[in-house]
Amino acid sequence: MGKQSIEQLQKVATQLRRDVLRMVHAVQSGHPGAPLGCAEFFVALYFDQLHHNPDFKMDGKGEDLFFLSNGHLSAGWYSVLARSGYFPVEELKTFRKLNSRLQGHPATHEHLPGIRVASGSLGQGLSVAIGVAQAKKIEKDDKLVYILMGDGELQEGQIWEAAMYAAHQKVDNLIATVDYNGQQIDGPTEKIMDLKNLKAKWESFGWVVNEITNGNDMQSVLDGLEKAKELAGKGKPVVNLLYTEMGYGVDFMVGTHKWHGSPPNDEQLANALGQLEETLGDY
Amino acid sequence: MSLDLKFTYTEKKDTRSGFGDGFLEAGRKNPNVVGLCADLIGSLKMGDFQKEFPERFFQTGIAEANMIGISAGLAIGGKIPFAGTFANFATGRVYDQIRQSVAYSDKNVKICASHAGLTLGEDGATHQILEDLGMMKMLPHMTVINPCDYNQTKAATLAIAEHEGPVYLRFGRPSWPIFTPKDQKFEIGKAWKMIDGKDVTIFATGHLVWEAVVAEAMLREEGIHAEVINIHTIKPLDEEAILESVKKTGCAVSAEEHQINGGLGDSIAQTLIRHNPAPLEYVGVNDSFGESGTPTQLLEKYGLNAENIVKAAKAAIARK
Ligand SMILES: Cc1ncc(C[n+]2csc(CCOP(=O)(O)OP(=O)(O)O)c2C)c(N)n1
Ligand SMILES: [Mg+2]
Repeated sequence: MGKQSIEQLQKVATQLRRDVLRMVHAVQSGHPGAPLGCAEFFVALYFDQLHHNPDFKMDGKGEDLFFLSNGHLSAGWYSVLARSGYFPVEELKTFRKLNSRLQGHPATHEHLPGIRVASGSLGQGLSVAIGVAQAKKIEKDDKLVYILMGDGELQEGQIWEAAMYAAHQKVDNLIATVDYNGQQIDGPTEKIMDLKNLKAKWESFGWVVNEITNGNDMQSVLDGLEKAKELAGKGKPVVNLLYTEMGYGVDFMVGTHKWHGSPPNDEQLANALGQLEETLGDY
Repeated sequence: MSLDLKFTYTEKKDTRSGFGDGFLEAGRKNPNVVGLCADLIGSLKMGDFQKEFPERFFQTGIAEANMIGISAGLAIGGKIPFAGTFANFATGRVYDQIRQSVAYSDKNVKICASHAGLTLGEDGATHQILEDLGMMKMLPHMTVINPCDYNQTKAATLAIAEHEGPVYLRFGRPSWPIFTPKDQKFEIGKAWKMIDGKDVTIFATGHLVWEAVVAEAMLREEGIHAEVINIHTIKPLDEEAILESVKKTGCAVSAEEHQINGGLGDSIAQTLIRHNPAPLEYVGVNDSFGESGTPTQLLEKYGLNAENIVKAAKAAIARK
């Protein structure tokens, strides 16, 4: 896939937001908030950064691989996978329905191209990504492994087991990203379980921290991911702190945990879609 | 004791050594075999592999959840990971990780669990897991194996390296009679009829297969002919072998170093109840935790030794 202009990438991100809203609205279930906030990240990664092959191979040898640890962002991931050619865009309409490959949370069981491990129970993805990165090292495969986690997800102990391990083992072909939206189900992370100084935490675990301070600006995300790539391969694992807004792109959804896992009703959907141009054609 | 045993031994060894030796051999045969351990390399006997293949071995520190996740990732990358720790920490502590990242995701991960059951001994109940077979057999996609001695454990370890899919391999700590053949062929899911009989079938797994062999000789002295079947694979269960034997003997005993609830006996009961409801007596731990003691003392106190199998066999026969 040739490089696309910022404008084109932004169009994909806008379409991704429409896809997510229409998907969760159609089944009146699912999680719109975080995927709206991660639209730029998903698109920058799949349409610009990853050396990947939509003709899906499970072992991903010779490719950059992405893993979604916060599996509840499934709607966003499915959209970007479909829009980048892993499966027909039409299939997005089966999201969360009986007999679909697009399970509520990502799964390998139905063989949806692009998915290599199930996620949904939080806290497990970083460990899996580390294992894949180490397999690449054994194979002398110089491609990278990417993984996205939620900030609330960092409250899980397994994340810090994995963080300690990756630094100790010098897993430097790994680029983790934290969706730093400051929100989780029951409220702002600050109130639920304050993450305090995340940068210092990761650094003290032996990681290189790369702050992407405007995670909802395509250029900033592209620059940030480019920088992360430069930081990789130098003996330490890399983590991006991606500052995003939950619900970004829809004025009444932005910045609140209330849209973590609630679908819009008909009226809200119409309002939201009115704010997001249909750029690539709805599924 | 001058019992006329159908199987005898000249040497005793721990089943975990069978695992360690099998693991090394599997590593020599297949460069994709890799190992992980959570600070128990010596206890799991994984040290020889680590020495020979340092670049294929990962010390995870005391972080079992992470170890299971990394194993799933290595499997995605085409490796065949053997993740080792004590059976308690290999199952109960990481059930959700195994469930989501390994079983549901159908990853070719081998969970290698030592120090299972009461025969772990003096460390006591915190370490003596008696629920692991139940937890693991309930997981869709999971193969569950519990070999009986050094030779069978070694053979099982080699066999699971060649089997595609998640496996739970359970073995133990104590020195135990080696009574099955060296370099035996291990067929996953295929029960092994060790001794022919006609009055009662003893289905045994793990260390209790030896107790079953002893029980058979004790029963024979009293004129009772027990059939002994080694169920090394709890799942998939060899239902055909079970039904064929019970059709002949008319009753059965299950023997395992595990809770009765959820163990091998439970699986056999399900099979019998559906196809041939025959009397079945359980030899296993009856809804309790263990405690400190020697393996022999514990098997006696919790009712898992040859004498208990003899009693159970007579009880089953009486119910025919
Ligand atoms: C192990 C586990 N515990 C609880 C949940 C329920 N849960 C789903 S999403 C979520 C909040 C996660 O917060 P964060 O990672 O910040 O995601 P965001 O709300 O920003 O999308 C929780 C508690 C879960 N999926 N897994
Ligand atoms: Mg969050």
